[in-house]
Amino acid sequence: MQPMPATPKSRATAALMALAFLLFATPGHAQLRLDITQGVRDAVPIAVVPFGGQAEGGANDIAAVVANDLRMSGRFAPLERRDMVSRPTSGAEIRFEDWRLLKSDFVVVGRVEPDGAGLAVNFELHNVRTGASLLAQRLPSTEKGLRATAHRIADLVFERLTGIPGAFSTRIAYVAVDGKPPAQRYRLIVADADGHNPRTVLESREPIMSPAWSPDGQNLAYVSFESKVSAIYVQQLATGQRSRVSARAGINGAPAWSPDGRKIALTLSRDGNLDIYTLELATQTLTRVTSDEAIDTEAEWSKDGQSLYFTSDRAGNAQVYQVRLDEARRAERVTFTNSYNARPRMSPDGKQLALVTLDRGGYRIGVMDVASRNLRVLTNARQDESPSFAPNGAMVIYATREGGRGALAFASSDGAFQQRLSSDQGDVRDPAWQPFTAPR
Amino acid sequence: MKLMHVLAVAILSLGLVACSKPTKPDETTAPPADSGAATSGLGGEGATGAGTSTATALTPQQQALAAIQQKNVVFFDFDSSEIRSEYVPVVAAHAQYLVKYPTARVRLEGHTDERGSREYNIGLGERRAQTVRRALLAQGVAESQITTVSYGEERPAVEGSDEAAFAQNRRVELVHAQ
Repeated sequence: MQPMPATPKSRATAALMALAFLLFATPGHAQLRLDITQGVRDAVPIAVVPFGGQAEGGANDIAAVVANDLRMSGRFAPLERRDMVSRPTSGAEIRFEDWRLLKSDFVVVGRVEPDGAGLAVNFELHNVRTGASLLAQRLPSTEKGLRATAHRIADLVFERLTGIPGAFSTRIAYVAVDGKPPAQRYRLIVADADGHNPRTVLESREPIMSPAWSPDGQNLAYVSFESKVSAIYVQQLATGQRSRVSARAGINGAPAWSPDGRKIALTLSRDGNLDIYTLELATQTLTRVTSDEAIDTEAEWSKDGQSLYFTSDRAGNAQVYQVRLDEARRAERVTFTNSYNARPRMSPDGKQLALVTLDRGGYRIGVMDVASRNLRVLTNARQDESPSFAPNGAMVIYATREGGRGALAFASSDGAFQQRLSSDQGDVRDPAWQPFTAPR
Repeated sequence: MKLMHVLAVAILSLGLVACSKPTKPDETTAPPADSGAATSGLGGEGATGAGTSTATALTPQQQALAAIQQKNVVFFDFDSSEIRSEYVPVVAAHAQYLVKYPTARVRLEGHTDERGSREYNIGLGERRAQTVRRALLAQGVAESQITTVSYGEERPAVEGSDEAAFAQNRRVELVHAQ
């Protein structure tokens, strides 16, 4: 892997970018668009040249999808098309001098061609300064699969240049709400990570909340009030088949899958007192984990599956605690910065917790290093919530407010940038980022 | 009709209490005091005429219910589940109705404003519903008459991200089975 080159010249360019990129959405779904809300420091300038063999500007415009993904990561500043002076579609056609003058550090070229009954996409990544070829691959595809192929190319380019696997081929789940109170309509939606291809997997007149991905990325657990009280369901996305896994008296909330996928942690209430339990899905074996008179909720598993992090106001204000799943079940407080910390979510490497923290009067997203307990605040709005790590750990998706409505946003885990994925219709909220679905 | 009289006095005095204090969020959502339901509840003639089962005839229970439903929301301070003093008579009126009609059922729906994390707010909404539940139990309502549910911040009464909206959304609604 080669390190990211320092590119101070890109800062000014990036800081000036205030373009909104309209993305397509299936009719009837909330449209999501990506806005740059903060200048991206040290973003690497890269040119993604329109691919040969396809029309520019269509829904499956590969270069547009790749450039958008790279921009979304906050680490790259793709060159605007109108600034491109040539359209090479293979390495041999690249005049590196052109791209040096345009101050691009890297260039991606490619073309789509027929391949038997389907298509093939050739692409290459070159270092502009040295002219070296860094990647050259031929990926099988289809007309319908071109966007997925484009996300795959973005994954490969991102990994080649940063050393971090790209997460552009994964999906996000979130809740969209239309209508005014009390006549609201709730939809659970699964979309590509860039907001495209939204698909409604559940629709209800009653609230839907807290979607949680199974570790294999094939199932969603969520809370639905469709029977006028809360219950937890597990839904297999490929088949739509679902089962109600907890509908006990009182609250059934905050599902979180164990790392082995066999259990969920959840919140139940008896006489109004919320406590954390674990539920083994195959046997329906329920085990109580906490028994405190405070609100105990929002459980999250440690990477080793041996303990749970959770929110509790047992000390007066909401703070995050950790409880070992052994006989003693002793809970230990882990957050000490700020008067409100809630909704912990584990990073894929198990070393950081994303959480909601009350920072200087605003509810914001923070990332806490588990070992040192140092808390870094990533966002600067007033009502940010529901953080969820990307499966490569590089970004956090979260819910924010924009113009009085819910919107989704990304922040890099190091706090260097934020970007908004906002909705044109209705509120969107409660995002959850899918884990990697296949061994990589 | 003695009870009706007592109830009517209680409701009237509630109205006076409400009018004597500064504007509260619930006053904007409550129906006007001279609504049809309240008038027929206070008059009472239509409901006592046994056998005259017209569509508009209300039983005494229905009249009592219509009366207490004019005030069926208890509002809370930020991050608090304490019943404010001005809502003590509201809860008392519902308790009296539920004690008088043991087959009646009430569902306590707890809500919060939109600040803070969602599942934690489910907990806060539940805590508010439980506070109202305990108040009803203390006044003789049977456990079997009460169910609770918490919607947290998921079902706001009004839209908006200002303090006025927040105040209207921090509430417990007392929903009676019809």
